[in-house]
Amino acid sequence: MTEHIYLRRRERESMTTAPDRSPEDQQPAWREDFPIDWPQDQYVERRDFMKFLVLTSVALAVGQFWIVGENWLRRRRGLPPVRRVASLSEIPPGASLVFQYPGELDNCVLVRLSERDLVAYSQKCTHLSCAVIPEPEHGVLHCPCHEGYFDLRSGVPTAGPPRRPLPRITLEVRRQDIYATGVEMRTT
Amino acid sequence: MASVRPFSRDQRTTIIYGMLAIVLVIVMLQLWLLTATMNAYLGGDEAVILPAGLVSLALCGLNVGLLRYVRRMERA
Repeated sequence: MTEHIYLRRRERESMTTAPDRSPEDQQPAWREDFPIDWPQDQYVERRDFMKFLVLTSVALAVGQFWIVGENWLRRRRGLPPVRRVASLSEIPPGASLVFQYPGELDNCVLVRLSERDLVAYSQKCTHLSCAVIPEPEHGVLHCPCHEGYFDLRSGVPTAGPPRRPLPRITLEVRRQDIYATGVEMRTT
Repeated sequence: MASVRPFSRDQRTTIIYGMLAIVLVIVMLQLWLLTATMNAYLGGDEAVILPAGLVSLALCGLNVGLLRYVRRMERA
């Protein structure tokens, strides 16, 4: 008589049942030739999945400390410089101007809302960094990539996928010149 | 001195299921922590960054500890 994997005479630790739980005589012939220890298979699969999750956990902790490092580097760079953007006569009310601040690759947009009101924001959308376009006639900044809208006076998102306000560029008017003096990042 | 009987396979499978549930919850918590910290970093809120990093490290340590327990259990 051939030894069969479904017979109870085997050791309790290695006893197994077919996945469909039907009796031994209804099982296909190949199952006898290629027996699979299903409970052991299940145990090993769960254990390997747990190992994978622990590896993911390590990666997430590394990512968290990458943010700590980036923040440390940002603090080391210090405050952004004060830089002249334009003169008031260059921007009539309702007009806008793109300028670079604080770095040469950091595009910002300056909008003159009225004779006395000036606002400036980073031009990078807080969703996926597309360039936002000012629409002073509608009082919004529009991101055409995913139809995001920001309030022109506050930079707060009003529609679409962005959740964070645009970083505000603080401005100062000295005589007839407009100066950028800093970047104010906000979460709400 | 009484000898410690190793766990049977059924018992080990049950233990693995329990641990897997804990590890899964911890990983989801870490993922949430990472996204929240990234949002805070991009928004200029620096106060939460280091504490969140330490908490994530502690959670990771807990996961590694559980994995070490599994390896010890298998060797027994």
